[in-house]
Amino acid sequence: MLLTAKDIHKTYQTADGPFAVLRGVSLTLAAGETLALTGESGSGKSTLLHLIGGLDVPDTGQILLDGTDIAALDDTGRAALRRGTVGVVFQQFNLIPSLRVADNIAFQARLAGQYDAAWCAELADRMGLKPQLRKYPEQLSGGQQQRVAIARTLAPRPKLVLADEPTGNLDEGTAEVVLSLMLDLVTETRAGLLMVTHSDRLAGRMTRRLHLAKGQVA
Amino acid sequence: MTGTILTALVSHWWRNPLQLFTLLAGLALATALWSGVQAVNAEARASYDAAANTLGEGQFDQLVAQGGGTIPQATYVSLRRAGWLVSPVVEGRLNGVRIVGLDPLTAPGGLGPIRLDEGADIGTFLTGRGQLFGQQSALDDLGDLGPDAVVSPDVAPGTVITDIGVAQQLLGLEGQVSRMLIAPDQPINQVALEVAAPEVRRQPAQGGSDIARLTDSFHLNLTAFGLLSFAVGIFIVNGAIGLAFEQRRPVVRTLRALGVPLPQLIILMALELAIMALVAGGIGVMLGYVIASLLLPDVAATLRGLYGADVAGTLQLRPVWWLSGLAIALGGTALAAGGAFWKLARMPLLAGAAPRALAMAAGRRAVFQGVCAVILLIAALLLGITGTGLLAGFVMLGCLLIGAALALPVLLDRALALFQSRTAEVRAAWFWADTRQQLPGLSLALMALLLAMAANVGVSTMVSSFRLTFTGFLDQRLASELYVTAQDPAQAAELQDFLAPRVDAILPIVSAEVEIAGLPTEIFGARDHATYRDARAFLTAAATPWDAVAAGEGILINEQLARRSGLVVGDAVTFAGRDLTIAATYGDYGNPIGQAIINEALFKTLYPDITPLRFGLRMDAAEVPAVVAALIDDQGLSADQMINQARIKQFSLDVFDRTFTVTTALNVLTLAVAGFAILMSLLTLAAMRVPQLAPAWAMGMTRAQLGRFELIRAVLLAVLTAIAALPLGLALAWALLAVVNVAAFGWKLPMFLFPMDYLRLLIFALLAAGLAALWPAWRLSRTPPSDLLKVFSNER
Amino acid sequence: MNAKILALVVFPGVAAAQGFAGLGTDAAGFSVPQPDPVFDFPTDHGPHPDYRIEWWYLTANLEGPNGTPYGLQWTLFRSALAPDAGEGWTAPQLWMGHAAVTTPDAHFVTERLARGGIGQAGVTATPFAAWIDDWQLAGTFDVARMTASGPDFAYDMDLTATGPLIFHGDAGYSVKSAKGQASYYYSQPFYEVSGTLTLPTGEVPVTGSAWLDREWSSQPLAEDQSGWDWFSLSFDDGSKMMGFLLRQTDGSAYSSGTWIDPESTTPYGDGAFAATPLRWAKVAGRDIPVSWQVTLPERGVDVTVTAINDAAWMDTSVPYWEGPVTVTGSHEGQGYLEMTGYE
Repeated sequence: MLLTAKDIHKTYQTADGPFAVLRGVSLTLAAGETLALTGESGSGKSTLLHLIGGLDVPDTGQILLDGTDIAALDDTGRAALRRGTVGVVFQQFNLIPSLRVADNIAFQARLAGQYDAAWCAELADRMGLKPQLRKYPEQLSGGQQQRVAIARTLAPRPKLVLADEPTGNLDEGTAEVVLSLMLDLVTETRAGLLMVTHSDRLAGRMTRRLHLAKGQVA
Repeated sequence: MTGTILTALVSHWWRNPLQLFTLLAGLALATALWSGVQAVNAEARASYDAAANTLGEGQFDQLVAQGGGTIPQATYVSLRRAGWLVSPVVEGRLNGVRIVGLDPLTAPGGLGPIRLDEGADIGTFLTGRGQLFGQQSALDDLGDLGPDAVVSPDVAPGTVITDIGVAQQLLGLEGQVSRMLIAPDQPINQVALEVAAPEVRRQPAQGGSDIARLTDSFHLNLTAFGLLSFAVGIFIVNGAIGLAFEQRRPVVRTLRALGVPLPQLIILMALELAIMALVAGGIGVMLGYVIASLLLPDVAATLRGLYGADVAGTLQLRPVWWLSGLAIALGGTALAAGGAFWKLARMPLLAGAAPRALAMAAGRRAVFQGVCAVILLIAALLLGITGTGLLAGFVMLGCLLIGAALALPVLLDRALALFQSRTAEVRAAWFWADTRQQLPGLSLALMALLLAMAANVGVSTMVSSFRLTFTGFLDQRLASELYVTAQDPAQAAELQDFLAPRVDAILPIVSAEVEIAGLPTEIFGARDHATYRDARAFLTAAATPWDAVAAGEGILINEQLARRSGLVVGDAVTFAGRDLTIAATYGDYGNPIGQAIINEALFKTLYPDITPLRFGLRMDAAEVPAVVAALIDDQGLSADQMINQARIKQFSLDVFDRTFTVTTALNVLTLAVAGFAILMSLLTLAAMRVPQLAPAWAMGMTRAQLGRFELIRAVLLAVLTAIAALPLGLALAWALLAVVNVAAFGWKLPMFLFPMDYLRLLIFALLAAGLAALWPAWRLSRTPPSDLLKVFSNER
Repeated sequence: MNAKILALVVFPGVAAAQGFAGLGTDAAGFSVPQPDPVFDFPTDHGPHPDYRIEWWYLTANLEGPNGTPYGLQWTLFRSALAPDAGEGWTAPQLWMGHAAVTTPDAHFVTERLARGGIGQAGVTATPFAAWIDDWQLAGTFDVARMTASGPDFAYDMDLTATGPLIFHGDAGYSVKSAKGQASYYYSQPFYEVSGTLTLPTGEVPVTGSAWLDREWSSQPLAEDQSGWDWFSLSFDDGSKMMGFLLRQTDGSAYSSGTWIDPESTTPYGDGAFAATPLRWAKVAGRDIPVSWQVTLPERGVDVTVTAINDAAWMDTSVPYWEGPVTVTGSHEGQGYLEMTGYE
């Protein structure tokens, strides 16, 4: 199994006191499998994604990625994990504004020491970004920016791709195109995909679906 | 990976050159101000050292004439023949240049700074036409006098060294020596000094040069200015770095999300900053050099006028400035960046709950700052009341300035809140509220403005007070219209006979060196004359001080002696076997040692051997030129032997005008720096402010109106800051005059207020703030509507 | 500029005489010694300002109450920057005094520099007086009092001449090289001395004999001469001998000597007098020959000359070695040795 999460708990401190976001969530994901994570706002789906991506740590529970318990890793270990093993596609794209598109695509692969020029070129081509390679992110439309972010995530060939409402900032038509491209590429690279969305339509295109409510699997 | 991270970091500056410029410029300006002032100080001190080392005045005991004046050359020879290893020195001024003649064969320090490879030809030097060694400017001032001029950069500025024989001839002192240096190793079996040469007196070696001690006061003032400039600079650097970090925060977050480890990121950013600090520091040192070389001629003129200290008018670029300038830039950057890095390290990776947390943190910080400010201000007050000593003075200054700076945002906020509560009109109300909201972002720049203004008020007050005090003091001190100095007792007697029918009064000036209360003191014998009774003002005095002095029972002491010995009016002092009562204390500005005045008759009884050689002459001011001409033509006096009071006063005033030039230049510079800080803060805020301004725009305010408000806001905040700066500056001036000066030099300067100066400063400050706000306001008024609309179109 | 460099510059003549080749060997404008001199006394005991370099050079072998040997030196050098007596500070005559006392285990040295023309230093022939600062050699040339002082020693001596003046070389014309450089050179080697040495350990009454050299010239050394070794020896039988080697830069030497006995004075030209180092010592960082084999075969002299104190180094502006010696071998006695130009 590529990913196994067991009995994850996470509580945040807020101005109104502690708030239990996740209350014992478990899930599994195999390589090449795509999983939609749905639920209301505040159901804890983004938090779960962040925990799996090593952006944060659970209070209790175990997250086994390729056999490694990432909840037990330190900061540096989790940073290494984010560089090469897991790729995250954010809702706000999070591109580096001062780098050109080509450099943004290659960036994470370079960081991970897994840069493959041919693969980056192919990704840019498949994403239809070839004419935009010399541009800066601010010169692109939202859909183009998200395609850059997806290409960047896939460039180091991660084993697991996490996507947090990747099309949330895009109009429906664009969202459809972008999602298709991502699904195709994920399938081709035999990576696992975990996508947070509140769109039933998008969730329907995944192989599996997990619904969260009030911090638990419904 | 390192290379990849670096490309991301560096590319930021390529895409945002303005930010890069502000950061570098802020750092460079701070370094420039600091190193410029330091360079001026260092150059002046190097000049004193060179002057002191010309003959090793600091190292060697000296023999001088008992009653002042010159010593016959025959005395020198008989001393040598009595086994005294002494070396003759002739010294005097010619065309404004100090001429030092020495005998290289016996001088314990040899020919001092002159090197053989500099064109010294010993044959010519000793017995030929003679050689004059000096810096080019001194040689130029001297003109062609016959001897060969040899440029020698190591000779003290304004000084020319030559053989004693040449100097005697140039100065008209044939057969005379001014003083003798005593070699450290003396032979055994030498004849006692009183037997060999009763007419001379041994004067012990001095730890430092007189000039250095005299001018310490001036340099302390400059150093204080330098420190304040640096404090202002640090605020700017802090602002610039805060801005750079604030703007890169999202990128940093992205980088970390993509798997860049935090420690590596911080190391690389610190490295990047250090390189920038070095580059900016280098630019700053060069700028400082320019500032210093522009200021130095005026500073040199001031020092020469005030203290007779010769300082080179041109600057030498010394390696130590590079080092200290770069160290200051690095240190200042580290100081300013420390907080930013700490925040960066603790910044949550996920933006989630951040805004709220940040807001709470800002609130907590405001409270913390307020508490700190109160504690520091109370500490400053306590130190002001109870503290003594130089350290306490400086600590007090520090507490006062930092405390006031920290208190500023709180005070401004309260003031704005007050305005807001009194305003009913909606747009005005929005303006006040919006200004309050902007305050945290501007507070660092406003603090810098506060410090800059306070420093300027403080230094202006100090310099102007010094001018008033010093010119008043000159009126007292130079009460006679003309002063003459005789070469020997015979000439003195001749002069008195010659002058008696020509002037209203001849007041002899005699002095001796004694110890009073264990402190070296110069004691003067004063004739009981209306000149002194009328002119002299006292700091503290008994009922009829001059009567007590006239009766031979009273003594007047200067402030330095009073403060150091703890003696007050009414106390008794004993010297030369006499008990005298202190009748008054008087101000004696710029004098490093103690001084006292007793009655002329008593002085004669105590020191029968000392004949007066100096005389103050009272006469109608209009007759001075005629008397001077008569003395030169009939009595053969040289111009050096006469001091014309009116000319000295005029000269002093000229000198102070020079000082003001320096002060004004520094004022304008520090204000420019503070203005720059405001500009940068406004630019930082500009991007963040779009969402705040968009609603106002949407509700019907034009962009031009918004821009105008922006300008008005900057000027208004500057006015409020200036109002706060005035009392702070006055407190600063008071601390410098009454605490630091007393601790450092033993005399207190009275403080005067100069409202017109402050008004001018206020205008400068408003100008600086207005200019700084002009561009951001203009940019705001040109913000494309689409940018404002974006605020509504997507969630940030 | 420090005093040592200065002295080297203002005393080029002395420096050259002391073996600093290449310094001031040019005699431009100065008088040059000529053969067959006619001396005029007492005038010639006084200075000759038209010659570049001149000295009054006294060395004495003394003995304390317990038999301890002492050496004493009193020297006044005159060096002219121009051939002209002058007056006041501009007088081109410069003076340098060296005084020393040597004991078997200590050596005290001091130095004075002065300008001529202002009365601080000088020599007068009648009455005879040579002085610099508080040092003096004054009285008559035959009966004089001699004083000197330094930071750690002083002396006060009475001198009485018991014999005639001795003229070296050709009646006082002393040739210094094969190229003909020469000086005027005479001595008074017959002084009896008594007086007091003041040393750090206390005052010591001493008696003994002294040898005064008078020499003046304008170009004392040839370009290729690197230094000299000078011997003044007094033998127990009453005879005396002066001899010197002028070392050439090529390793050879030019020698000259004078044999003095109660009956007559005999000069010896190059080659008759010979001296060979026997033992070298490390003194002031240099290798100095402190024991010599000295021969004058024509008088049957073959003696070993040995320094009483190896460390008699004159650490003056122009440094050299000068100290008392003992003589053993064919003749027994004592004397003084001066060595210059050892780098």
